[in-house]
Amino acid sequence: MHLAQLNVAHMRAPVDSPELAEFVALLEPVNALADSTPGFVWRLKESESDPTATVVHDYGDHLLINFSVWESREALWNFVYRSPHLDALRRRREWFLRVAEPYMVMWWTPEGEIPSLAEGMRRLERLRAGGPGPEAFTFQDFYDASEAAHLPAAAEARK
Amino acid sequence: MGDLEALALLHDPVRRSLYDVVASRGGDVGRGEAADAAGVSRTLAGHHLDRLVEAGLLESGFRAPERKGPGSGRPAKVYRRAGGERSVSLPPRDYVTLASVLAAVVDELGAEEAAERAARAEGARIGGRHRGEPVERVLAGRGYEPFAEGGRVRLRNCPFHVAAEERPLLVCSMNLALCQGLLEGLGEEPGRARLDPRPGECCVVVEGAPVSKTNED
Repeated sequence: MHLAQLNVAHMRAPVDSPELAEFVALLEPVNALADSTPGFVWRLKESESDPTATVVHDYGDHLLINFSVWESREALWNFVYRSPHLDALRRRREWFLRVAEPYMVMWWTPEGEIPSLAEGMRRLERLRAGGPGPEAFTFQDFYDASEAAHLPAAAEARK
Repeated sequence: MGDLEALALLHDPVRRSLYDVVASRGGDVGRGEAADAAGVSRTLAGHHLDRLVEAGLLESGFRAPERKGPGSGRPAKVYRRAGGERSVSLPPRDYVTLASVLAAVVDELGAEEAAERAARAEGARIGGRHRGEPVERVLAGRGYEPFAEGGRVRLRNCPFHVAAEERPLLVCSMNLALCQGLLEGLGEEPGRARLDPRPGECCVVVEGAPVSKTNED
């Protein structure tokens, strides 16, 4: 099984505004870092040619979506917290609003299958509504692939 | 084996010295290499290293021989420091639970900046008590296990590991602020401390070559 993660961030200003310029400048190097991290599998890209293009979606203006698949918890953890990505994360308040509800969700997905954005958003809703479980969880309340594998709830959530 | 029994094994000077050798390398150490550094025979080193593995202080593994095929020999047994931690406090104390609760409060309040300010002030107080001492010695005394690499001081150990695994963003930010405060208290440039996290180490590095050692690797 592979580990999918989706996270959302509410931008303080439009993505092409001066307030977000320093964040946009970090997109290319940080995405390149993700792509070259051992255990990286896939991430949702808006454009193959423009590395600063953010994902276009119907889930609201000013909402930035980051969606990727990894081989393991360790691989994702090492990118998020044990790489220069951490410094960008520390600066999040400069660019994004603070939200009280969970903004990142993870779940296990069969190798070779790329989950849809709609599924990811459903998983996030599930985490927000019902708290962490095998089909939608967080680093703090993590579920192993074996715990999540044969649960009917996980199969249901993929539909 | 309980924490007290495991730690009591280190009372033996040979075992203590072998443990220090393995821990200070920050990676896999072969039996012969550990024996040479500790100044004991391979057989004796092997015996004590295996005792330390049984106690959960070290972990062992095998390093594949460099040459493949017949005649290349068996894989060499190697040792590294165990991932888990052992501690004994008499009378019993539990600061980790308290730290975890306080970190949850900071998160709920969105009080990260206040937490960083408090960490910086605490670092400055600690540094002030060691004014004029080299920063790497002070960091070593606080369990960071500094080592020189590429003209900067890297830190092998995270003293706040359990809390950092639970809330890395908050704890690493507070740790950086603490180290910057520490430099300030020592009378050094606080900006020398910055984040450069990599797997298995502390997230902070201190720019500038250490004064006590000149070797780099």
